[in-house]
Amino acid sequence: MSRPSAPSDDPAGGGAPARAARPGGSGSGGPAAGRGPARGRGFRSGHARHPLARFLARRIAVAVLLGFGITLVTFVLTNLVPGDPVTANLGQRALGDPAIVAQWRAEHGLDRPLPAQYLTYLGGLLQGDLGVSQQSHRPVLDDLAEFVPATIELAGGAIAISLVAGVAFGVIAALRRDRAADQVLRVLSLVGISVPTFWLALVAFYVFFFRLQITPGSGRIAPDMSAPPAVTGLYTVDAALAGQWEVFASAAGHLITPALVLAAYTIGLLTRFTRSAVLEVLGQDYVRAARAKGLPGRVVLFRYVLRSALVPVITVAGLAFGSLLSGTVLVESVFARPGIGQYAYKSATTLDLPAVMGVGLVVGFVYVLINLVVDVLYGIIDPRVRLS
Amino acid sequence: MNLLPRLPGRSVGTRGVLARLPEAWRQPLAVVGGVVALAWLVVAVAAPLLAPHDPLAQELPRLASPGPGHWLGTDQLGRDVLSRIMYGARVSIPLTLLLVALSLLIGGSLGAAAGYFGRWVGEGIMRVADLVFAFPTVILAMVVAAALGASLFNAVLAVLVVAWPAYARVTRGLVLGMREREFVLSGRLLGFSAWRSLRVDVLPNVTGPILVLATLDIGTALLLLSGLSFLGLGAKPPSPEWGAMVASGVEVFDSWWVATFPGLAILTVVLAFNFLGDTLRDALDPRTARAIKERAL
Repeated sequence: MSRPSAPSDDPAGGGAPARAARPGGSGSGGPAAGRGPARGRGFRSGHARHPLARFLARRIAVAVLLGFGITLVTFVLTNLVPGDPVTANLGQRALGDPAIVAQWRAEHGLDRPLPAQYLTYLGGLLQGDLGVSQQSHRPVLDDLAEFVPATIELAGGAIAISLVAGVAFGVIAALRRDRAADQVLRVLSLVGISVPTFWLALVAFYVFFFRLQITPGSGRIAPDMSAPPAVTGLYTVDAALAGQWEVFASAAGHLITPALVLAAYTIGLLTRFTRSAVLEVLGQDYVRAARAKGLPGRVVLFRYVLRSALVPVITVAGLAFGSLLSGTVLVESVFARPGIGQYAYKSATTLDLPAVMGVGLVVGFVYVLINLVVDVLYGIIDPRVRLS
Repeated sequence: MNLLPRLPGRSVGTRGVLARLPEAWRQPLAVVGGVVALAWLVVAVAAPLLAPHDPLAQELPRLASPGPGHWLGTDQLGRDVLSRIMYGARVSIPLTLLLVALSLLIGGSLGAAAGYFGRWVGEGIMRVADLVFAFPTVILAMVVAAALGASLFNAVLAVLVVAWPAYARVTRGLVLGMREREFVLSGRLLGFSAWRSLRVDVLPNVTGPILVLATLDIGTALLLLSGLSFLGLGAKPPSPEWGAMVASGVEVFDSWWVATFPGLAILTVVLAFNFLGDTLRDALDPRTARAIKERAL
């Protein structure tokens, strides 16, 4: 796995141009031009050269800082702890023996001063080494490689469902404003965002599996099947790639209930945001102008209204993906899906520092990536926000 | 709502908001939400008078299904589920309200500063917010709660740590959008100080959405808080906290009532505040209001 080293390589490559570009930008725009509260009225000629490269370089630099911040925060937090990883990991008898305790501490590098521990970790990180989990005694990277795909599969499925259903419901609600459809969707979406995920997971499991027996039980595939050959780690995709359609059906069947449970919140969220975004745009003059010049309703809706309304919707969807990743903790525990949510929970409760930092980095990486995609989409969808 | 003080109408925004409020409260959703929220508040205050049993007393048959004497059944220790839910309202609701008020205060101020002053202050604040955002909410809260030790108070702190950036971000976005509007600029050109401009021109135009966010956030905060308790990182066992009660119901899956009713309690409280928040949003959002008036399309 060379992936984790990629973000740590980028800073060296991306940080320098960012720093070089900044003085260049302000130099051509005049001192302190551009961003003052009352001054910068949008004449950003300095940004004209290589705006995309500059934008990406800045973003990557920020991403690296963010990754650094995540490790620092986790490190500081877990070391401020009143609890001690030794007591969380060793048995009662081993704890009574100072020699074993000292050996365990030395093994995990806990006998050295904190800054030295942190630097060692960072050094390893630059080489793609995330350390060894104190709990599973395996490299954190191996653990993550095993658990992350399960969560990505779940969260990805949920966000896909949410985007389609949420935007569709939101547009319907906005266009049918104050009529029955709008009222029903409004109540439904509010219920969606109000229902406790862990409880809904439990109820869904109880009703559909335990009582009605129409959905498969816990886990990622049926217990008598073996996992498809690993390519992406997503069982559904791997099974489809290998042409194992029975496995695919089983994996998809195991995925659908937790994904729907997880999506309940985001569908509600996106419905509400899409509705208000569309309503807001509907009131704009340019939409009225488009109507007035006789454009058909469909063109106005898709090219004028939806395009503009999608900007806030995409922001929310990006944020929602982050909340989905963490929401998986609650769903995974109920459906017994081995994912990073479960892994993070076990790591947090045993104060397994390398594992928690690994999870933080992975999710932080995903978050930064999504944010980047959202920002780029912004510019594509709405020229007005380009490089502002 | 103390966030909408009866100032001598300085800005059109504030006066318009007050004029629109009464009608908003007549919406069916707001009425339902208000009644349910009020009912829960009454339950929270009067739990000792209303609850048929002691929430901690193990005096009833174990895992009895709902019926006379114990209308929502009993749990595996023979405690009355209904009484525990009623006492649970005293645990969850006040803590949640406190939590939201604090996040609003902290996040809102930081976000307004970041949006209005921009530059280094803004960048700094927003990068910290990004950092918190980058951490998955529940996982960060889990780490904080686990690091501080499992207790309800620490769970509240953990939720506070993850909750403020939402306010910072929304406030900043709104202020940023407002900052270069012509009436704000004219204010500055008339010689308003930055503080006065922020207070008089910008804030009245951004309070609506932030207020809505806070109302809706009551639900989110309660969900997160009970989620932490569900995971065993919040309320300690005998405490009748709703999330912890759902968790205890997992152990006795067959006795569905143990987990179902506390979950319904969470759902109804969150839903009530979301009904209120949603109505508020429609009433306070000048753009939606305008759209309604114009009946465009």
